[in-house]
Amino acid sequence: MNSAKRFDMFRMLFSVLIALLISFVIIFFVSEEPVTAITTLITGPFKSKRNMGNVIESMVPLIFTGTGVCIMFSANQINLATEGGFHLGGLVAAAVALKLGLPAGLSPAAAICLAALAGAAFCTIPAIMKIKTGSPELVSSLMINYLSLWLCTFILMYTLQDPSVGSASYKLPAESELPVIVKGTNIHVGLLLALLVAVLGYVFLYKTRTGYELRLTGENESFARYSGINIVKVVLISQMVGGIIAGMGGGVELLSPIYSRFSWTALLGYGWDAIIICTLAKKNPLYTPLAALFLAYLRTGASIMARYTDVTLEIVQITQGIIILLVVAEQFLSGMKHRMIAKEAKASLKEGEVA
Amino acid sequence: MLQNLLSPDFFNAILRATTPILFAALASSVASKSGITNMALEGIMLFSALFGVIFSAMSGNWAVGLLLTMAAGGIIGLLLAFFVLNLKTDEILAAIAINLMATGGTVLLMLAVSGDRGSSTSIASQSVPRLVIPLVDRIPFLGQILSGQNGMTYLALLAVAVMHLFLYKTPLGLKIRAVGENKNAAESVGISARKIQYIALILSGVLASMGGFFLSGGYMNMFTKDMSAGKGYIALAASAMGGDTPVGACLVSLLFGAAQALANMMQLTDIPHELIQMVPYLTTLVGLGIYSYAGLKRRQKLAGK
Amino acid sequence: METCGQSGPERVEVACLENKTVLQMNHIMKIYSNGVVANEDVSIELKKGEIHALLGENGAGKSTLMKVLFGIESPDEGQILLDGKETQIRSPQDAISKGIGMVHQHFMLVPSLTVAENIILGVEPRKGLYFIDMEKAVQEAEEIAKKYNFDIDVRAKVEEIPVGIKQKVEILKALYRGADILILDEPTAVLTPQETDELFIQLEKLRDSGHTIIFISHKLDEIKRICDRATIMRSGRSMGTYEVKDISTEEMSRLMVGREVILTFDKKPATPAAVVMKVRNLSVRNGQGVLKVDDLSFDLRGGEILGIAGVEGNGQSELIDSLTGLNKSYRGNIYIKETDIEKSSIKEIRELKLAHIPEDRMTSGCAGNLNILENLFSNQYTDAAYSGKMLLKMKKIQERSGELIQEYLIKCKSYKQNVGMLSGGNIQKVIVAREFSTGPDIIIANQPTRGVDVGAAEFIRRRLLEFRDAGCAVLLVSADLNEVFSLSDRLAVMYKGKFSGMFTNVEAVTEEELGQYMLGLKHQEKQEGMIYE
Repeated sequence: MNSAKRFDMFRMLFSVLIALLISFVIIFFVSEEPVTAITTLITGPFKSKRNMGNVIESMVPLIFTGTGVCIMFSANQINLATEGGFHLGGLVAAAVALKLGLPAGLSPAAAICLAALAGAAFCTIPAIMKIKTGSPELVSSLMINYLSLWLCTFILMYTLQDPSVGSASYKLPAESELPVIVKGTNIHVGLLLALLVAVLGYVFLYKTRTGYELRLTGENESFARYSGINIVKVVLISQMVGGIIAGMGGGVELLSPIYSRFSWTALLGYGWDAIIICTLAKKNPLYTPLAALFLAYLRTGASIMARYTDVTLEIVQITQGIIILLVVAEQFLSGMKHRMIAKEAKASLKEGEVA
Repeated sequence: MLQNLLSPDFFNAILRATTPILFAALASSVASKSGITNMALEGIMLFSALFGVIFSAMSGNWAVGLLLTMAAGGIIGLLLAFFVLNLKTDEILAAIAINLMATGGTVLLMLAVSGDRGSSTSIASQSVPRLVIPLVDRIPFLGQILSGQNGMTYLALLAVAVMHLFLYKTPLGLKIRAVGENKNAAESVGISARKIQYIALILSGVLASMGGFFLSGGYMNMFTKDMSAGKGYIALAASAMGGDTPVGACLVSLLFGAAQALANMMQLTDIPHELIQMVPYLTTLVGLGIYSYAGLKRRQKLAGK
Repeated sequence: METCGQSGPERVEVACLENKTVLQMNHIMKIYSNGVVANEDVSIELKKGEIHALLGENGAGKSTLMKVLFGIESPDEGQILLDGKETQIRSPQDAISKGIGMVHQHFMLVPSLTVAENIILGVEPRKGLYFIDMEKAVQEAEEIAKKYNFDIDVRAKVEEIPVGIKQKVEILKALYRGADILILDEPTAVLTPQETDELFIQLEKLRDSGHTIIFISHKLDEIKRICDRATIMRSGRSMGTYEVKDISTEEMSRLMVGREVILTFDKKPATPAAVVMKVRNLSVRNGQGVLKVDDLSFDLRGGEILGIAGVEGNGQSELIDSLTGLNKSYRGNIYIKETDIEKSSIKEIRELKLAHIPEDRMTSGCAGNLNILENLFSNQYTDAAYSGKMLLKMKKIQERSGELIQEYLIKCKSYKQNVGMLSGGNIQKVIVAREFSTGPDIIIANQPTRGVDVGAAEFIRRRLLEFRDAGCAVLLVSADLNEVFSLSDRLAVMYKGKFSGMFTNVEAVTEEELGQYMLGLKHQEKQEGMIYE
């Protein structure tokens, strides 16, 4: 590892540390029992097997959406429709589970596949708009997230709703539920799928022809075009693959033991979380599980804290915000970096003179 | 239905629905003219909607509340500027971070202040009064549209004129446009591009905060969780489609305001409310598509094909 | 004041002035954040009323030194003395307030604003407290133009005026702000010989009125013509300051590059073969709808180098973009080996064995954040040798990268190094290695040696000749007249989208004559050697 990379690692850890510190300060301001709150936040996840299970389980949607965003951002397609794609994936999985009546095994498989398809179709909308009309995918993807939310709510209320519980679907059949793999927790098969997706995402981006085209386009579109790469194909494929993974994630999450009905009537925010995962993973899907583990730990800690103290879960969004701000800040600690590099350069100059 | 669409009430509602989008669109245009996409509008509006409630309740006076909210909006703009300009954070990611913090921060703060997670009903906030303009209110039809609007609506329309003069007739406006078009050129004559962009972003924050203030102190009389509901993003599209000029942004904002007003009116019909909710976003999406497509064709035509 | 030196009697007074030191930069060191040492202990001293050349090759550190002086970059070590007092220059604004003005190589103008608006930008006259007084702005701009004898319409929009005028606007901008020290960064690079003459007259007038001018250049003849003293830089170090009249061009070039520049190649006579590229009635408009290539027809044959000279912006870029498939909005026909490429994708054009060295290596020639290996295969990763249907054959690619790095003498730690960390010359070698390694039949080389060191430039030129000798067709566009003169077998001059001249006997053309064609003063009525059929 060269000094620049080592420095980036250090800076990332330092950013996370600062973000946590600022969050603790905020807790001190808003809470009557700040010390308890912070202790619960940090140690809570280790307190029981169940809690540890929660950490691992909540990694799953984060790995999915994080990997999806890594792929789209690697191609420099700033498509934020992962949020809506995930949501739609959940709805489609619920609809398949409720309406098709497939046997165990086949039911979740079909549900996840169709969720992936729905996610792909959905996230491709901004891509098609970009290709056909030149609209920036950033703005169009922001708009369709709201469309996804209301469309899903509409379908929920008019076709899947269980009148006895209000805004939620009928109970999902047992056949559709993803099996638990660690007894006493909610850790389910979806985790293995998520890890597989992260590895495949890495192979796709770094070992395949298409992945190379994506990254080349992401780094310098004119260069990619000049090299003969079909940019339209890259725009389309990157967003479609991102959508497949987002939709799949939504489906997997909904079929997990955590949910017994489809009851999402607001966007869940996994699309936004994906951006911090992608940032921490430096756009490499291989690192998304690690980044997801960190965020899941923080989330679980915060929700335990929210349960036992007067600090709410939303504090995590502030922590996340600060982490993004600092990790992406190129100039953060740049003085230190510059001195380090200048020192090396001077040293190698001297070596040169001796030789 | 058609009768409703032609009634002065409907046009009145358009102006009302346009107001928050217009403030945010002006905020976006001044930032864009200086060369920065301010996607943090959404978060600034959300923060300001809550601040407005808190500050006006604390002071017992809507005007003081507004001024304090504007100051707070300016500070968020300053923060964004610091990260984007000094620390070289990607402007989109910085905005996403601020928007995330707004989503979480407003809930956290509201809980701390009012003990409620969903809305601020327990806070006795002040709203901006409606203004009846003498004489104008006597004009048939038009008077019913133009008079009796919320004070913030007039402020928004005034802001369009002020921003136009500011950008095109003042030294600072010239500098903002120069920096946005060719940063190096501006720097070469000793203009600190960073300083100008700081000013533009602070101003952008102030304008967006006025839109946010209107949401909880005019459009509604309380803060509710996530009440900006993508209006900042819609404004981003409005500004871009208006060529990032104040007047252009105003015209497109009116279009989007009309979509929102139409949606509000359709609530009274049998159409499912979930579908009606989609109208403003769908309008923006379609509008963006048409606008971009026209631009694409124009460029192709210039190139001779 | 010290003794007046050895100047002739009629210049005694001026010479006395000249001896007053206005600015000193001592032991400046600047290291960029990618570790490149751009300045390593450089010192320079300027006297009042002199034109001082800062001479060096591209990448010698001239621009960096001037950026330090103008407050754009802060030095890691060293001090700056202005009128004998140590001073810190923290920003361009700071520099301007201290009487330093800079005319950059790339124009620093806002295209949509008028000349007057550009001149007053940052120091606008006001009407009342808040508004710009445009009347007064125009009036003041006209006054300053008149004072220094610049003939300019200050109400014109900058995007509509020619290059030579733009440069005058730049100089006026600096003077309007009260610059005593004027830095000109390669001011003649984009000018025709005639425009250069005009510029020199202006500069001499400015010198005689007491301004100090720093003239950055690597053109020895221009320095001989106009400069009083010269500081020579080589790879980040100062090689000393000399009275220009006391030093020969040979000596200057020796100090600059460490050996005499040899631009004569042992060129075998060309043996042109069949026509491989046919261009017929090609017309291209740019994004603003301006006609940039105007009804152009020519042939390119295997085994020859066709050079295209011309002042930049006369349609060369648009021509190349159309030939390589980057621009599809053209009228007329382009045939590569009998294939009309109108409907062909860039990939299909490249499959016709066409290689392209792009004009600007950083915008379209490479991806700085990707490593050397990833940059070496962008045009051939789909070859069966390097990839299967889906997966890349990483082993093969790594082996081949190692070979190319050796063959093209790319200085780097390994193929894993990011291209952005390399020097300009080495980046260019990566591009050339990539383009040449496919074994092309046609090479389109647009400014192939711009901004690269002499060693790399010579290497690239020799390669071009080798390919020509092996039967490859080469189309060479270059602003470096020496380069087009020494390499071309046929030489065309491009002016306003047309070939104003075509020379089949390149050795018989003088630089002077070429300049006249470049400026459009001369135009061949009947051109020979355009089309071979």
